Amino acid sequence: MEKQLIISVGREYGSGGHEIAEKLANHYGIQLLDHNLLDEIAEKKNVKMDHLRTLDEKHKNPLSSRTVRGYSSSPEENMLYLQFDYLRDKADSGESFVIVGRCSETILKQYDCMVSIFILADRDKRTERIMRLYHLTESDAAKIREKDTSRRRYHNSFCVGKWG
Amino acid sequence: MCGDPPNIIIGTSLGYSFTDFVTNTGVIAAVCLIAVLVYFYLIFHRELKADASKPVDYSSLPSPESTITDKKGFAMSCVIFASAIVLLVTHAQTGLTVSTIGCLVAAATLLTSWKYAILLLKKVDYKTLLFFIGLFVVIGGLEQAGILEIMAGFIGKISGNVMVMVAIIIWLSAVVSAFVDNIPFATTMIPIIKSLSAAYGVDLSMLSWTLAMGTDIGGSATPIDASANVVGVATASREGYVIKWGLYCKKMMPATVIVVLLSMLLIYFRYL
Repeated sequence: MEKQLIISVGREYGSGGHEIAEKLANHYGIQLLDHNLLDEIAEKKNVKMDHLRTLDEKHKNPLSSRTVRGYSSSPEENMLYLQFDYLRDKADSGESFVIVGRCSETILKQYDCMVSIFILADRDKRTERIMRLYHLTESDAAKIREKDTSRRRYHNSFCVGKWG
Repeated sequence: MCGDPPNIIIGTSLGYSFTDFVTNTGVIAAVCLIAVLVYFYLIFHRELKADASKPVDYSSLPSPESTITDKKGFAMSCVIFASAIVLLVTHAQTGLTVSTIGCLVAAATLLTSWKYAILLLKKVDYKTLLFFIGLFVVIGGLEQAGILEIMAGFIGKISGNVMVMVAIIIWLSAVVSAFVDNIPFATTMIPIIKSLSAAYGVDLSMLSWTLAMGTDIGGSATPIDASANVVGVATASREGYVIKWGLYCKKMMPATVIVVLLSMLLIYFRYL
């Protein structure tokens, strides 16, 4: 792959966003960044981050955080900025990669080589897929709405554009 | 006196000078600093030893000189900053109030950087200025309505004696300041301690140092209350050390309790 290519994959829960991102990464022979993004950052910064996975793609709690002149005390927001910095550095270095979520379509929009896609599907198909993948009952799988709401809140609290 | 806004408010409202703060709260802070250093060494010595095995390559760090793009402007700013410090330290001798000094320094900055004067004026945090104006109006209203006197009476009644009064003021200040901005709290407490001093014959300066220590230290207990905490947490996070509430409070709340307790005991020892 000579020319730089960045693919941002946004997705509804259970729509197969990660699977499609994986296939795209394999097709173009480029790196996929999703759940492994924290591992990549931890390796680069030479720190441990396993205990911070619960903060990944979570919106900040406005009641327990404060911002002073652009500096935020919210661990969720700081985690996001850490990821933003990493993705921008990677994009600046000329590397090609596929990135799933993390508001990537917004923070990387100034790069001409960036392609943004959003994966969505009918709710019944998504429920069926989640039941199959995670061996859940229909009632448990139907909590798709909560997951989508969480992603929407996360995305819209940090980005100007709306999720989806 | 200039170290924290509550101290500026207390000093300005009650007529205490820079030297008064240094010789009273400064002494308490110096003793507490030693205690807190010991505490931090005890809880972090393992991490510090582990990091000591990774030597820092100083040649890879940026040089301070490289960040100064305008040497003349930097020199001028240093002179203005040094003048501000001298004026603040000597304000009792010169008779200049802290607000006058602030205005003089601002005027000097605008005059020496006249090319950027409009830009500097645009960057002034007018929202905070309006907040303070509104705050002082509200506190003045509460004072006129007698609400603060009722609160002072309540504290005086439940105290029983001076030692309990000092304990209530310092611990209440510390706990409230941990979660709420300490400036409105200090502003509210000033008329209260004046009432307590007048009604119960308690030394006002002792209550002032008690209030100052409580409001200043309380902000250390949580990551949100002091601006320095927010900036520190954010800066550490950008380097990969994301600090959650739990971790911060686990390390800092004991330190805050130690300092508040030590301050209270030192106030008892020195003033009672």
